Amino acid sequence: METVKMPVPTKVVLPMQQHIGAPCTPVVKKGDTVQVGTLVGQAGGFVSANIYSGVSGTVTGVDSVRLSNGSFCQAVTIQPDGLQTVDPAVKPPVVTDKESLIAAVQACGLVGLGGAGFPTAVKLSPKTPVDILVINGAECEPYLTADAREFLEDSETVMSGIEAVMKYLDIKKCVIGIERNKPECIDLMCSLAKGVAGVEVKPLPSRYPQGAEKVLIESATGREVPRGGLPADAGVIVLNVTTVSTIGKYLATGMPLVTRRMTVDGDAVKEPKNVEVIVGTPLQEVLDFCGVKEGVSVGKMIMGGPMMGVAVADPATPVLKQNNGLLVFSEAKATLPEPQPCIRCGRCIDACPMGLEPVRIAGAFTKKDAAALDKLCIDLCMLCGSCSYVCPAKRPVTQTMSLAKDFAKKEANK
Amino acid sequence: MENRLKVTASPHIQDNSSTRKLMLNVIIALLPCVVASTIIFGARTLLVCGVTVAASVLFEYLYCHLMKKPNPVGDLSAVVTGLILALNMPVSMPLWIAIVGAFIAIVITKQLFGGLGMNFANPALVARIVLFTGFASRMTAWVYPAKATRTLTMMGVDAATGATPLQVEGGVGKYPLMDLFMGVHGGVMGETCALAILIGLAWLLITRTITATIPVAYVGSYALFSFLLNVGELGAADAGMLVLHEVLAGGLLFGAVFMATDYVTSPFTFVGKIVFGIGLGLVTFGIRAFGSMPEGVSYAILFMNLLVPYINDLAHQVPLGYKKHKKGAKAA
Repeated sequence: METVKMPVPTKVVLPMQQHIGAPCTPVVKKGDTVQVGTLVGQAGGFVSANIYSGVSGTVTGVDSVRLSNGSFCQAVTIQPDGLQTVDPAVKPPVVTDKESLIAAVQACGLVGLGGAGFPTAVKLSPKTPVDILVINGAECEPYLTADAREFLEDSETVMSGIEAVMKYLDIKKCVIGIERNKPECIDLMCSLAKGVAGVEVKPLPSRYPQGAEKVLIESATGREVPRGGLPADAGVIVLNVTTVSTIGKYLATGMPLVTRRMTVDGDAVKEPKNVEVIVGTPLQEVLDFCGVKEGVSVGKMIMGGPMMGVAVADPATPVLKQNNGLLVFSEAKATLPEPQPCIRCGRCIDACPMGLEPVRIAGAFTKKDAAALDKLCIDLCMLCGSCSYVCPAKRPVTQTMSLAKDFAKKEANK
Repeated sequence: MENRLKVTASPHIQDNSSTRKLMLNVIIALLPCVVASTIIFGARTLLVCGVTVAASVLFEYLYCHLMKKPNPVGDLSAVVTGLILALNMPVSMPLWIAIVGAFIAIVITKQLFGGLGMNFANPALVARIVLFTGFASRMTAWVYPAKATRTLTMMGVDAATGATPLQVEGGVGKYPLMDLFMGVHGGVMGETCALAILIGLAWLLITRTITATIPVAYVGSYALFSFLLNVGELGAADAGMLVLHEVLAGGLLFGAVFMATDYVTSPFTFVGKIVFGIGLGLVTFGIRAFGSMPEGVSYAILFMNLLVPYINDLAHQVPLGYKKHKKGAKAA
């Protein structure tokens, strides 16, 4: 599905919390005029990322909005004028070394675009030596094809981003991991990687969750991230393909992260599309752009993929930087079957990519046994959803893992 | 409409498996045994199976109704238990004893411990053992297909004294191999026809209802132990033939395929399943070779069922990143 550019929306809402870390501070006020690329939210610390306007127009309010996770944060609302005039401050950054690259990535407002939303500048400043850059092009969630389109439509900036990171961070080796179900991406990247020293393409099995960081590192490099550790502890930095491509784009144009590609799909969508959307566009407008099937009533809207995405309560929720997908399900598909008793078939154990034993973790959580949960390594669970997916009794296994993980963390901090 | 969106925690999709479908696959896998038994032992097979299944489902429904629990009959697990129990009885079984068996399986072994998924041992197996203990003569009132009677007469054994091939004078090794494979001999309804059991196993494997780990580890380890016991005396070729006869005779195959693989009462991991299977092989071998009983499958499975929680504890999976963590912790 080739990417279609969506027209300027009627309204743009930019929450000041679009990433993991400290929220941004709004630097505009009601009545201000902004242009494309104007800073509206200043990063609230090192683990934070600037937020820019993707439209030219007038700020109509800075107020509190509810995020999809239920918490509240400040948000800047902009009324676009439709002219899309570019802020004169937008110009390519001067990058000469590691520090200036990290400063540029921070100025770009870049976060992990594969869905996690972790500030990229922090990732590029590991505390331990790193010798392999892994590019995450697995895109293992069902439905989503936005990363695959990034390879096909923006392969140049993917490569220039990789080269910049390798050069300035002095990393000699780069592995681009792509699932085997995307042969055209593999072929294209293989031909491009030929000319660049140290870059190789690694076809990966098409199996969810291939793109989960620790799983990807294991299958792309053979290294294991130790329990409780970060990829850097295995000498690896992982960047999503769209993230690294955005670095390439920013270095060339100086335009910060204000638009993104997202896959709009689901059984209620009339014309599934990959859409280039301005960050802050209300989901409802994105859905209207693709249309709802006639006679179908919308039952669920999910930001991200079907396995780890977040269901939103309000269709006016804005698109965030890290939203790689919008899935819209009909009432029927949104209704999950009633859970049945566990038959102890062990399918959740076979399915767990981290080698955990969900059925036993659920048992330990029922008994509120924090010691047993620790022994069963609940902290390694990344809530990928595989256990719930395969459960024949349709039990909310992943949801139980989530509660157990939270419980174990609180007990450990006591 | 638009502001009435469903909000749930991820994941938002599930595969199309269900408990009911898994149970249905087990029922389908058991049908060849029912058909074989009907051919070998006659139409009363259908009557005994029908009554036992009906009684199992009824007890499950009544118990849950009385206890004000949700009605679980739709998951078909009671049908599976009833059918396995029925196939563990000889075709001559009085129907009232079959109903008692269904009560022991469903109410006492399964529901009193909390219903599906909570029982410590296979319900049909416990019922079988109780019936064997309580109604020994009825449970061993073997009915012989006409051909089996001829075979026994040829071997000089009086068919009326009643014996399964494992009890035949002169040893199981004298029994014609093809008769053992096709099931033309005395025994409970489901266990005699190896061909039907293997067809059922194939169905379970094709539909990925079970993995082959437990049956292979069980039968393989039993065969190995028995071979090692006999190889010195008989030589490799004869010991091999004897082992083949032993594997085909009695309840070993039926137990290995349909009873040892019960999800609830078998270990979770591959290593756990191997340990479980070898344990089953060892206990069965011990009972058959050195015990006073000719048959040891049901006691072996019951015994290993009780060890499952410990096996699960010891044979756990090693999580990704855990090995290095342990090394790192030591270094630190």
